Amino acid sequence: MRFCLPYGGSRSEQPPTNAPALAAHGVTVRYPGAARAALEGLDWVAPCGARVALVGPNGAGKSTLLKAIAGLLPVAAGSLLVFGAPVGAFRHRVAYLAQRGELDWHFPISVRRLVLTGRYPHLGWLRWPTRADWRRADEALERLQLLDLAERQIGELSGGQQQRALLARALAQEADLLLLDEPLNAVDAATREVVSAVLRDLQRQGRTVIVATHDLDRLQADFDDALFLMDGRVVARGVSAVGERVHHELLGNHRVAVAA
Amino acid sequence: MNVLDWFLAPFQYTFMRTAALAGVLVSLTCASLGAYVVLRRMAFIGDALAHTVLPGLVIAYLNRWNMTVGAILAGIATALGIGWLSRRREVREDTAIGILFTGMFALGILLMSSVRSFRDFTHMLFGYIVGVTDAQLRLFALIALVVLVVLILLHKELELTSFDPTHAQVIGLRADRLRDVLLVLMALAVVGAIQAVGVVLTSALLIVPAAAAAMLTRRLVPMMALASAIAIVATLVGLLASYHLDVSSGATIVLTCIVCFLTAWVLRALRERLSRTWPVSGD
Repeated sequence: MRFCLPYGGSRSEQPPTNAPALAAHGVTVRYPGAARAALEGLDWVAPCGARVALVGPNGAGKSTLLKAIAGLLPVAAGSLLVFGAPVGAFRHRVAYLAQRGELDWHFPISVRRLVLTGRYPHLGWLRWPTRADWRRADEALERLQLLDLAERQIGELSGGQQQRALLARALAQEADLLLLDEPLNAVDAATREVVSAVLRDLQRQGRTVIVATHDLDRLQADFDDALFLMDGRVVARGVSAVGERVHHELLGNHRVAVAA
Repeated sequence: MNVLDWFLAPFQYTFMRTAALAGVLVSLTCASLGAYVVLRRMAFIGDALAHTVLPGLVIAYLNRWNMTVGAILAGIATALGIGWLSRRREVREDTAIGILFTGMFALGILLMSSVRSFRDFTHMLFGYIVGVTDAQLRLFALIALVVLVVLILLHKELELTSFDPTHAQVIGLRADRLRDVLLVLMALAVVGAIQAVGVVLTSALLIVPAAAAAMLTRRLVPMMALASAIAIVATLVGLLASYHLDVSSGATIVLTCIVCFLTAWVLRALRERLSRTWPVSGD
């Protein structure tokens, strides 16, 4: 057996078969010290291979839900199962793309090495990346059209290129569940194209993708399920229902604006 | 006196050779750790660690215990104390550290002033690298070894938690625990640095060589290597300057570090001007 000291203690290799990517029952999440729950009583099952959009105004609970699935926020009540096991059991199978601001982009590290950190959950303590790990990183860089920029310091990239680098890291991790927090926020058209294409690839490979997004034009084209969140609760489900709800909200705001 | 003599003649004395060796070990330890201190914005903590060691030194001195061991214990206690304080949110971290460090330093001065002889305490405050004993030298070598081995073994984890603690947490790494490891390593490094440049100037060895290296490279490992090289050269030149001018070695070592930093700063400015005048094709 290969030497392995996984991060975060034990590590389960195989998820139970037939378990959905995500199963939430009455999930409530509260930020530490906050009185009000940021997400309340969520019931939701996402099958493996689904592409799900989380839609809603700022502060609706989209990021909160992603963080809870990633294990960054504790679940205060209810049960949240990832591939049939509690959060944290399959860390290497879950990739989380935070909003760009959560990284120190001035840190002296190359784009290639940033992407390589996606391999770390497979390595664990005391093991160095092997040639195969570097190759995975390069393949991911190539898929996101970043190979030319691989030796740049990460702060030298544009916003869209940084977003692509983070997605490349998730590909290098070979995660089965990808959590993306507004990946298309303020990025260039080229990045949008590449990211959409990669998301389609991922679905073809049977991976599950959950995306918090404000980009509503592509809802029908890019996703097969959607949740509309408001004040920590789901108010609409399904791509068409969410689309209608969005339309309704926009009209409502418009009317308010006209009235004012 | 020719230039070669200026460099070599002082080393005919055993105490100078011991001092030089101690300087190299301390520089290597502080500067390689210093890269993280600078990049993780822990400069203030480094300074605080050096100051909080003082009561440990004084208590050990008064009880005739081994002073270096007293310093190490005080340093590790402070490191863990800072780690604990920074996880709580009642007081802002820099305020908490400011309170802890001035309080401990004041306690050290209080204990010092209760004793008549100030000679040894002057050495604690301003450094006395030519007074290093063989036992201390062996201890500095051990500290350097421990620090470098831990930095190598935990390289990928320390690097990752330094720039992306969120990803680290998602894959199951505890960023706060790794920070505690860094703090303990800093406490060990500080003990050697105090002997070389004294409590007051210790943070200079942690910060200045790494800051100079950061001006010249955009990669972590080269930055650590360059910082170590700068610190070693600055310590040796500072030691020689102190010998020839008959002034405090702590001051000359730190001032030489500062000269290195200013040189790196000018080099970077020149390089940026050059690349603007003749941009590399394809960029």
